[in-house]
Amino acid sequence: MAEQKVVAATGNTVVAEAMRQCKPDVVAAYPITPQTTIVEEFAAFVAKGKVHTEYVTVESEHSAMSACIGASAAGARVMTATASQGLALMWEELYIASGMRLPIVMVNANRALSAPINIHCDHSDVMGARDSGWIMLFAETAQEAYDNTIMAVRIAEDRDVLLPVMSCLDGFITTHSIDRVELLDDASVASFVGEREAERALLDVENPVSHGAFAGLGGPYLEFKKAQHDAIERSRAVVKRVGEEYSALSGRPFGVLETWGMEDAEVAVVVIGSTAGNVRHVARNLRSKGQKVGVVKVRCFRPFPYAELAELLAGMKAVAVMDRADSFGAEGGPLYLETRSALYDRSERPPVVGYVYGLGGSDVRLDLVESVFGDLADIAGGASVPGGPVYLGAR
Amino acid sequence: MEQLTEIRWHARAGQGAVTAAKLVAETALEADQYMQAMPEYGPERMGAPIKAFTRISPEPIEIHCNIEHPNVVVVLDETLLSIVDVTEGLRDGGAIIVNTCKTPDALRAELGLQGRQVRVASVDASGISLDTLKRDIPNTPMVGALAKVTGLFTLDEIIQHLTKTFGKKFSQDVIDANIASVKRAFEEVSVG
Repeated sequence: MAEQKVVAATGNTVVAEAMRQCKPDVVAAYPITPQTTIVEEFAAFVAKGKVHTEYVTVESEHSAMSACIGASAAGARVMTATASQGLALMWEELYIASGMRLPIVMVNANRALSAPINIHCDHSDVMGARDSGWIMLFAETAQEAYDNTIMAVRIAEDRDVLLPVMSCLDGFITTHSIDRVELLDDASVASFVGEREAERALLDVENPVSHGAFAGLGGPYLEFKKAQHDAIERSRAVVKRVGEEYSALSGRPFGVLETWGMEDAEVAVVVIGSTAGNVRHVARNLRSKGQKVGVVKVRCFRPFPYAELAELLAGMKAVAVMDRADSFGAEGGPLYLETRSALYDRSERPPVVGYVYGLGGSDVRLDLVESVFGDLADIAGGASVPGGPVYLGAR
Repeated sequence: MEQLTEIRWHARAGQGAVTAAKLVAETALEADQYMQAMPEYGPERMGAPIKAFTRISPEPIEIHCNIEHPNVVVVLDETLLSIVDVTEGLRDGGAIIVNTCKTPDALRAELGLQGRQVRVASVDASGISLDTLKRDIPNTPMVGALAKVTGLFTLDEIIQHLTKTFGKKFSQDVIDANIASVKRAFEEVSVG
């Protein structure tokens, strides 16, 4: 295990530090709240010569991702960061990055989308990108944001994968809070992530290739997408293997799902991001009063760990799923839909209740979390499942 | 020390409440505590009322919600007393520390805390800051007062931390003035 330095720092500061330690060849980024301090601090590293990165200032997020795509196709290790409207503006480029199989790593500071205007945390931005072919890791804490960002480079650049990865942390709650974080030394990170060895790089003039070519009617478009589908399926094993290797280096366990109390839980809450801490805190209190409650935190949302989640939840008396985003017109939020789908093939399907909570940074008070466990106890006792999603704490 | 201490800071944007919350968090870290420090972000303008929060605990802190029932309230600007409910949710057994020339008794009456099991402390942090730093930057002296009132950390621990972190950015004069202001606030804070 590597020696580590304990610091008091914000999520954004340690993400900028992780980026510096991963030594990207190119960073192209546009500042947006609450991601801004990541790119500010990274730009300062470049200016001071602490990292030798080509830092491209661009006029929009659309251009940022375009520049990242060009640089990654050329063979460079590329990283960027964005949030909210910025991610939305990258929309078409997200699909181009994954379709061209470019291992770009992007940090997203999860934030609400307009309208109405709101700069605070929810998952509407990233959840909108869930079908764009990117691998998606979520952090509960600043520590996990640091760890996920380093692991993302290895996962993205693995030859069995070659897909872009998003490392997502909650806006303000994680990006701007000062927290206790352990940082690896530069040499350990450098050796963990290694160098990118790009195959079929555009700048390899000895071996010219075309990227992103026309594949129209009669062309191999369908086969390209099948190959992309197979790649993200292969990434399941890679995410786990990289997680194990990183865990050996850092001493911090990594799981695509991380559980608390699930060994003998009768009811469970499934949740993503910083709220997992609030839920675990409430669960601890309920456990001390003898209630058999459990918590499942989803740390890897794409590829979604269906089999693992179904294994944990089958046989529960009741399950609650907490979504920090709605999927308007659907039966519930994105995590709810995935959870219900994961359970479909199981014979012991528990009742599942979906909540939409914390939109636009609305505070996730402990009494709200307690009310979710209260509902679970009622449902486990035979009460009917409310039609969803339940908007938790809405006035 | 209690398991978890929750501190709420009231100030006007630009007075250094976030820096103070950070200073406290870092000092706690050096004393091998767990901590969180988070400002309440809004569309802030210089001079607008703002809040910041600090949590300190010997155990890892896993909650990420606002602090609604603080153990300690620190007020950097006494003009806020009439426009913000600074005692909102303050726990019994807790403390409030205000940057003011008023006595603790007068403050207690003004804040309507008669009969409440909370300690009320006053310190002229602005006066101390004007003496030592020649500017009204009350944040570092308030950290000295906080240490005295709560015992969360010692005067030496703050001074050590200030020397270490300010040493990278500021001249020896500025560091000395900050240390002097912390010491004076530690000594001069009165608790009622």
